[in-house]
Amino acid sequence: AWASYMTNSPTLIVMIGLPARGKTYMSKKLTRYLNWIGVPTKVFNLGVYRREAVKSYKSYDFFRHDNKEAMEIRKRCALVALEDVKSYLLEECGQIAVRSSALKIALHQGSSNLPGVFFVESVCDDPEVIAANILEVKVSSPDYPERHRENVMDDFLKRIECYKVTYQPLDPDANDKDLSFIKVINVGQRFLVNRVQDYIQSKIVYYLMNIHVQPRTIYLCRHGESEYNLVGRIGGDSGLSARGKQFSQALKKFIEEQEIVDLKVWTSQLKRTIQTAESLGVLYEQWKILNEIDAGVCEEMTYAEIEAKYPEEFAMRDQEKYLYRYPGGESYQDLVQRLEPVIMELERQGNVLVISHQAVMRCLLAYFLDKSADELPYLRCPLHTILKLTPVAYGCKVETITLDVEAVNTHRDKPSLNSHDLPSRQSPGRMRRNSFTPRASADTAKRPRHHSLGSKPLHLLGPLPSLE
Amino acid sequence: SVSLAVCMTNCPTLIVMVGLPARGKTYISKKLTRYLNWIGVPTKEFNVGQYRRDLVKKYKSFEFFLPDNEEGLKIRKQCALAALNDVRQYLSEENGHVAVFDATNTTRERRETIYKFGEENGYKTFFVESVCVDPEVIAANIVQVKLGSPDYVDCSNDEATEDFMKRIECYKNSYETLDETLDKDLSYIKIMDVGRSYLVNRVMDHIQSRIVYYLMNIHVTPRSIYLCRHGESELNLKGRIGGDPGLSVRGKEFAKSLAQFINEQNIKDLKVWTSQMKRTIQTAEALGVPYEQWKVLNEIDAGVCEEMTYEEIQENYPLEFALRDQDKYRYRYPKGESYEDLVQRLEPVIMELERQENVLVICHQAVMRCLLAYFLDKPAEQLPYLKCPLHTVLKLTPVAYGCKVESIFLNVEAVNTHRDKPENVDISRPTVDALVTVPAHQ
Repeated sequence: AWASYMTNSPTLIVMIGLPARGKTYMSKKLTRYLNWIGVPTKVFNLGVYRREAVKSYKSYDFFRHDNKEAMEIRKRCALVALEDVKSYLLEECGQIAVRSSALKIALHQGSSNLPGVFFVESVCDDPEVIAANILEVKVSSPDYPERHRENVMDDFLKRIECYKVTYQPLDPDANDKDLSFIKVINVGQRFLVNRVQDYIQSKIVYYLMNIHVQPRTIYLCRHGESEYNLVGRIGGDSGLSARGKQFSQALKKFIEEQEIVDLKVWTSQLKRTIQTAESLGVLYEQWKILNEIDAGVCEEMTYAEIEAKYPEEFAMRDQEKYLYRYPGGESYQDLVQRLEPVIMELERQGNVLVISHQAVMRCLLAYFLDKSADELPYLRCPLHTILKLTPVAYGCKVETITLDVEAVNTHRDKPSLNSHDLPSRQSPGRMRRNSFTPRASADTAKRPRHHSLGSKPLHLLGPLPSLE
Repeated sequence: SVSLAVCMTNCPTLIVMVGLPARGKTYISKKLTRYLNWIGVPTKEFNVGQYRRDLVKKYKSFEFFLPDNEEGLKIRKQCALAALNDVRQYLSEENGHVAVFDATNTTRERRETIYKFGEENGYKTFFVESVCVDPEVIAANIVQVKLGSPDYVDCSNDEATEDFMKRIECYKNSYETLDETLDKDLSYIKIMDVGRSYLVNRVMDHIQSRIVYYLMNIHVTPRSIYLCRHGESELNLKGRIGGDPGLSVRGKEFAKSLAQFINEQNIKDLKVWTSQMKRTIQTAEALGVPYEQWKVLNEIDAGVCEEMTYEEIQENYPLEFALRDQDKYRYRYPKGESYEDLVQRLEPVIMELERQENVLVICHQAVMRCLLAYFLDKPAEQLPYLKCPLHTVLKLTPVAYGCKVESIFLNVEAVNTHRDKPENVDISRPTVDALVTVPAHQ
């Protein structure tokens, strides 16, 4: 008997709403979040299919509900998209497909291998919000390559009018009372949630209820250079070196110059981040779950010592840095799971400075920049460097600010491995399928690893999904 | 420079329940209060009905609640104000963080009064309305919690039900539900048909977001939660704490008995959860059913004291040992965890247990104490001393406003691992005083 997981069946999320209601914004954000916590998710955007089919967009006339030819094309696109969705969910073992479309789809029920369907509707009647959306994302759309801004706004508003004629909002009191959905009203001011069926839908609802679109900036940096950094030791709980203390001062100056409104400052519960924050002279909050990755038996060793004492472990880690779990410690995958509440709270907050650690910062950065599990453990997060993240359109703008205080380099690239050196390994049994184990707080237990039975993979009906 | 661990709420929160009688307001108040206290947010509920019962010694009939009963109205208003006064004392003077004001609050006028009260005192107000029109649900509620109420102690069930239905009628004419337009500036959640759907408006801060998430995850479908520890382990026998040992001979026997017990209980769709430590996994293996391993269910990390006996801890760390006895809930082993840390890491388990139906959780002594404290509403001081012996299953069944507990010992002997708080917790105490409550071992 192997470990069972909380949900086995895939989920189809269908986005609903008039144009410029933030459907694509929510799809992309939700997809980024789900992939980060380990639930393979993909977006299928009907607009993209339509642009493939109709090479050149002429005007809003295409979207008139009485334009029969256009309707045929749009219907065909929807069917092609649905086929792709099916193949992703059933054949590629994806878990969630997010469909972005302005049409309300009548899904053919009764198919036994159809996934659980969850609708996300975005309703907005605030004309300012709609206008802002159009400016932010539509003006630079491939549909409007050369157009003048006002023409774009004008055409797009007429496009919206075409949809309004046939738009049927979800109605929980009558026609749609048996559907599972969340209706997001006026960019999160209000929500209507109906018949949440399972764990993943509950997580999606919670996520959508915590995100906002207010402009703000997130600053990520590591603690100042530590005593252990200087001697190349990983982990531990050492204090700042002289240069690390200098960095704290420089950080204080930088923060003051930025003139940030209502900045929250978060640190871990390890000395080096706390000492860094202390110099700022402002209130800060300590989070245990921001502590650095636990290197288990390798804590406080140098890489040379690890290679000498645990050559097999050392090689295995280089092979699969994301999944590899230090004996008695953690893996990057574990780290992501324990950082999920931090991400959720970052979504809720406004301007925040997070002073953390190398592996932790890599995980947070991967979330904001939508980096895959393969790339995550190799993201560059040097000491004494601040990453300033500003949400823009569908993504995140990054500015790198290196404060003028020297520090050692702690980055270790993936070595090009000679196959002779690799120990013989079994199949990637440690890959965690469906990360439906919910947000976990820290388990920084330092206990020697014995050969527990471990989490063996389910008997699969299909091939293992890739991490992409 | 200032360093502070900022807690989740900065200004106190006043939660105001809204709804006709028998809509689950008190059920929700009590459950929410229990949850918030468990995660460390000091919370208290104020049930206006209770104030009324204290003032009007003997309940006569539904006529007390008639909308034109001047005397009744006066008393009811008085009770509401008395309760609000106690709320103010709790939040502003006694360091409470959240107060749950449990009353019908069915008119806009009454809600405005309360909202103003909140504003004057610097509280954030959050409304929780329960709307239900399903007559079966209402009838079931009445049977579960009203028939046994002190109001109906001298009545037959039929008389009580009839009176209560008339009581509900008294409120219906003046009931003003939270309205999307008229109340658009208030922060609230409207729960429809016991959680079929929700309307959430203007969630203001972290604690309100947590409350909404919690309320959206609880349900009232009947089910049972089974809590037990792994079978006796090799280290249990030697009186050593922590580690990752396997089961002893008797532990393996227990696993088999557990399998038999589970079969006999004939539980529908039982989910089985374990930690990621050998002893719980080995126990679950004997059941022959799929089970899920949760890392967060791992035993409390005893840091430098891992795998020691209490005697060795006393010998090597007498100061730590005494400090632990002084405040077992908050005490954190060097390089390890405290019970307080454990509660924080177990919160997702509790949330998922609320979502699920029948579940068997095979875990560890400290972990089981934390989970049990949540279900039985035990405060932090008692939590680390709850009795969770080996080879004993606790079957928890929600009933009325609380939880029924059945303790089933599966008839396989095991060592006792429970260490009571000794009388002498002074840091300079002699060894014999420190070890007086250590249970016997090999």
